[in-house]
Amino acid sequence: MNQEIKLRVANVEKSFPGVKALDRIDFSVRKGTVHALCGENGAGKSTLMKVINGIYKPDAGEIYIDEKPVKIQNPIQARNHGIAMIAQELNYVPEMSIEENVFLGRLPVNKFGRVDWRELRKKTMDFLKAEGLDYRPDQKMKTLAVSDIQMLEIIKAISNDAKIIVMDEPTSSITQKEVNMLFEKIAELKKQGVSIIYISHKMDEVFKIADDITVLRDGTVVETHPADELDIDQVIALMVGRKMENIYPKQTAEIGETILEVKELSSQGVYKDISFHVKRGEIVGFAGLVGAGRTEVMRSVFGLDPITSGQILIKGKEVQLKSVGDSIKNNMVMLSEDRRRYGIIPVRSVMENASISSLEKVIYKGWAHQDVERRLVGGYFKKMNVKTPGLDTAIQSLSGGNQQKVLLAKWMMRDPEIIILDEPTRGIDVGAKFEIYKLMTEMVKQNRAVIMVSSELPELIGMCDRIYIMNQGRITGQLAEDKFSQEAIMKFATSVSLEEERK
Amino acid sequence: MRLRLSGKNQVMEKYSIFFVLLAMIIVCSILNKNFLSANNITNIMKQLAVGTILAYGEMLLIISGMLDLSSGAVLALSGVLSVSCYKSTGSLVLALILAVVIGIVCNLLNALMVTYFNAPAFIATLAMQTVARGVALLYTKGQNILQLDKYVVFGQGTVGPVPVSIIFMVVITVVIWYILKHTRFGRSLYAIGGNEEAAVASGINVKKNKYVIFVINGVLVGIAGVLFMSRVNAGLPNGAVGYEMEGLTAAVVGGTSFSGGVGTTMGTLAGAFIIGCLNNIMNLIGVDSYVQQIVKGAIIAFAVIWDIRSKTKKTQKVILAQ
Repeated sequence: MNQEIKLRVANVEKSFPGVKALDRIDFSVRKGTVHALCGENGAGKSTLMKVINGIYKPDAGEIYIDEKPVKIQNPIQARNHGIAMIAQELNYVPEMSIEENVFLGRLPVNKFGRVDWRELRKKTMDFLKAEGLDYRPDQKMKTLAVSDIQMLEIIKAISNDAKIIVMDEPTSSITQKEVNMLFEKIAELKKQGVSIIYISHKMDEVFKIADDITVLRDGTVVETHPADELDIDQVIALMVGRKMENIYPKQTAEIGETILEVKELSSQGVYKDISFHVKRGEIVGFAGLVGAGRTEVMRSVFGLDPITSGQILIKGKEVQLKSVGDSIKNNMVMLSEDRRRYGIIPVRSVMENASISSLEKVIYKGWAHQDVERRLVGGYFKKMNVKTPGLDTAIQSLSGGNQQKVLLAKWMMRDPEIIILDEPTRGIDVGAKFEIYKLMTEMVKQNRAVIMVSSELPELIGMCDRIYIMNQGRITGQLAEDKFSQEAIMKFATSVSLEEERK
Repeated sequence: MRLRLSGKNQVMEKYSIFFVLLAMIIVCSILNKNFLSANNITNIMKQLAVGTILAYGEMLLIISGMLDLSSGAVLALSGVLSVSCYKSTGSLVLALILAVVIGIVCNLLNALMVTYFNAPAFIATLAMQTVARGVALLYTKGQNILQLDKYVVFGQGTVGPVPVSIIFMVVITVVIWYILKHTRFGRSLYAIGGNEEAAVASGINVKKNKYVIFVINGVLVGIAGVLFMSRVNAGLPNGAVGYEMEGLTAAVVGGTSFSGGVGTTMGTLAGAFIIGCLNNIMNLIGVDSYVQQIVKGAIIAFAVIWDIRSKTKKTQKVILAQ
């Protein structure tokens, strides 16, 4: 394998007021290899990548490309040095077409400086064809699914002719099929001598494609090894600085009576004939591919979206859930899949974010009782191990995992009996994941019922008592714990429903 | 990894607007000896009353992600109807109530546009601005209503040494402060403006809250209409043009963020005072009125830059924590 060093970072330090984000980092990437960067949220991965991409200026240290020292002051210089970055947060203009987005900032022009639309169309078509993507170039970006947009983002970086590509959680919202396509693309790029820095929380992916793995913790490099000298448990142990006994702390709880029953729920054009039930003490999983309709069903059950027909029964009684308020009154809560869109109120404090659904507990008798609120929220934060500088810190300044824990604290404050968790561990680090699993276990031991929608099969298999599988807006299968396997789930997730088969 | 703000920074950030006001008062008192006289201060507050009351309405709306462009026109409409009501019935109470009712009705229509028809507040209230002004002119046939008699007590009268308009302003300040700080409704406003979809998913009845916000705004605009007409001792259908901008300016200078979810009563009050002091001192030292406009505009630009910069600073801190 190639031993030539493409990019080397030596002794890089970066401090922000009150915190040392990077401490004497040494890190190098070989030509034509994939170097995975692992670490919990807050370990300094993103900061390091921003230094490499010229967004941050390091306080000390050197960056070498092809062993020549370079100064990277801004992303444009980085691009000129052949560095491209695919950010975790997608940047695109929803109202513009695909072609305009892909060539944003570098639209081809004719000799009069007018945009050469024909050339643009041709180039875009070539790209889409080469990548096997089936879109019209003039389609507006906003009409695409998130996974499509992510794919285009990757294409865009590749089209820049980059020699070093940084990918920050590139698979967080694309389907398995697209992940495979991405990995094929990465293999191809490697052959062309492109180096890839790959940041991901998904260990199976890391081990699938990485040549080298570097683990960061608290702003320092813990260790760098060739991937084949490590296994998943070792990497996780290095990341958290302790040994993880068991990734899934599942304990069986006593199963009680049915608490939630959904009968033939339908929503025109979204999902059809959805029936399922959940018992006290159960963790029920919902598996399926992205776009199978799981989130949509849960949103309806929680009163966020309307239904066309069907019944929802809580504790055997039919309920009309017209709003979230109705659900909360029925002791049902839901943690949304999209934390930033439906979860946090970014500019407000962690305390306000946590107490927003339990205001009657802190504002009563015509007065807001700050001390009561601090005690209440502080208590839940302590129990759930939320790491925050203070209760008045804006929630947007916490890491994803801690934001998620604040949102969970918000719902636990309601003392719910039915808890719907939609992708509760998406984009959060291993430590926080483990704590959320532990909390789920605790909840069912307290006789509550948990529904977990997840796209990560190992987590569903590791935590659930029963799994429903959805495909194209229908429930296509149900598995009991002794029948769990990735193969069985995928079979249902990709199959057509029984009714369709009969036709 | 954690981020820590030193205590000093936090205090500066939280109370910066009050330091600005303090600095301004000091500079003004040096520029003109009369500035700090009881007479002048009372004068400033009297002039401030209408703008401040409108600013509170704008603040509530901006915090929850909306705004009101119709408040100047609705002020005029409720003002002339109130004046005419007084002239025909002779009842001050009835006149005041009518003004408030008109304010509420116009703002219920605003709320209907925004919540039921999903119109942006900008457009909905822009339409209301034109309609309300038109109705005011139609009703008065474009004529000013003169000789208001006892009606002037609202804008010019005093209780003991204290002007009635200042009493209105102080009471309203306390009420708004209480609503924002000590009610569940107030807390919900920040959530709605900070992230409306998250507010819905947290169980907040966003539509109902928006109606309530507009109703409160209507009450404030109605009262402002009475104070305005009685201060100028006439029912002016063409009065208070552009007053919504005075309100918006005070709110924004006072730290209310147009991105929603941020703003305080005391900040807005300070913002109103900063504008009021600025107007006053420029008059006292004889600044040309055209130049005054330029200075005011510059102050607004400065306030917005300040707001954006403090926000980017925060975002940078956020990134480092990741």
